[in-house]
Amino acid sequence: MEPTVSFFSGFAPKDLLFLGEAALRTMWISVLSISIGTVLGVIFGWILYEGKWAAALTVTPILDFFRSLPLIIQLVLFYNFAPIVGLNLDPFASGVVILTIYTASLVANVARGGIEAVEPPMRRASRSLGMSYWQDLRYVVLPIGGRAVFPAWVGVALGVMKDSALVSVLGYVELLKASQILITRTQEPFLILTLAGAFYFSLSYPISRYAASLERKWAQ
Amino acid sequence: MFDYNFHWRPVLKSLPDLLEAALLTLQVAVLAMILGIIIGLCLALIRLNMRGPLRWIASTWVELARNTPALFQLFFFGFGLGAFGLHLSPYMIVLAGLTFNCAGYLAENFRGGFQAVPDTQIRASRSLGMTAWQAYTRIVIPQVFRIVYHPITNQMVWAVLMSSLGMLVGFRELSGETQFFASRTFRIFEYFAVTAIIYYVIVKLILGASRLLATRLFRY
Repeated sequence: MEPTVSFFSGFAPKDLLFLGEAALRTMWISVLSISIGTVLGVIFGWILYEGKWAAALTVTPILDFFRSLPLIIQLVLFYNFAPIVGLNLDPFASGVVILTIYTASLVANVARGGIEAVEPPMRRASRSLGMSYWQDLRYVVLPIGGRAVFPAWVGVALGVMKDSALVSVLGYVELLKASQILITRTQEPFLILTLAGAFYFSLSYPISRYAASLERKWAQ
Repeated sequence: MFDYNFHWRPVLKSLPDLLEAALLTLQVAVLAMILGIIIGLCLALIRLNMRGPLRWIASTWVELARNTPALFQLFFFGFGLGAFGLHLSPYMIVLAGLTFNCAGYLAENFRGGFQAVPDTQIRASRSLGMTAWQAYTRIVIPQVFRIVYHPITNQMVWAVLMSSLGMLVGFRELSGETQFFASRTFRIFEYFAVTAIIYYVIVKLILGASRLLATRLFRY
């Protein structure tokens, strides 16, 4: 009699490699969208601060929209909308686009808070010392306001890193998707989920602690 | 460029079902928030006032909830507990996952709120002849409530948005129901666009209600 085919096989060392690769993919998509999103977000934040009613009519509702929708809906919507307007994006590209806009919409508020954290007298002082508007932004607002909102920015960045797990809904094999695939094969959910969770935790926990300690140090 | 024909009719036909699913979304989010507030309050008080294993458990809970993706937490309640022979229904998975997450985030907010009320106020109220219970319920809690009111509102919005992850564990709340209809009719974009609007309206309603309540509660 033929031996029955086994569909399930145990957790093997090479699966660790698979998980590691997926973890790198998680890191890559997060780093990419956080860095582009932060640059965009700072620009949006500046527009929000300077623009007054022009911003209220254009940027504010758009950013508000991205903040009021579940990320997963945004991802599915964009992934299915892109082909309609003739863009053929793979899951990775769609994920980066949406995560970037999502980051930008969160960072915009943080950045505006940072600009507002610099008192007007300070900025008037720098202008009356002969600095141009851009010099004032670069050498006065950026260091002081940046410091004030750095912990908040870290919070946003870590949030996006964790939310990048949702890109799996488009079929991008990042860490959580990879662990789901492995669970289906090995039937060892507890071990694999613990590994995946430990990765996220060991990335997020030290950074958030570091940001909190910086905040305490700067508050003094 | 635009050779895609939009078909909104099937979406309109299933709109009543979607709205019903939206009620389910709201239900699970509200339940998770109520449980989350109770547990979060306990966690915050334990972390502030106790030593020993209970404090260790509370801290672990808070850090795990804050430093791992919400989707991971849902998977853990969904598949991870299956390893111990504990199989929750999709509804329970989402409720447990959301409660775990909300409790962790709210605990930090509550902790900040309690720390913002100076100890001297408790001592002053005690020396005025109040019991410890009176001092807490009449002096501390009202002030803490004011501080954490807006974070609670934000968390409520997050809970609604996060419940959309139920789609990935087979729970048919708003997102899950949408996916179900979308995969039956292949009108993915149309369905998710309508769902996005429903989410947006829900979020705006929550924020509006919270603002209305705030003007009522905090008149002076």
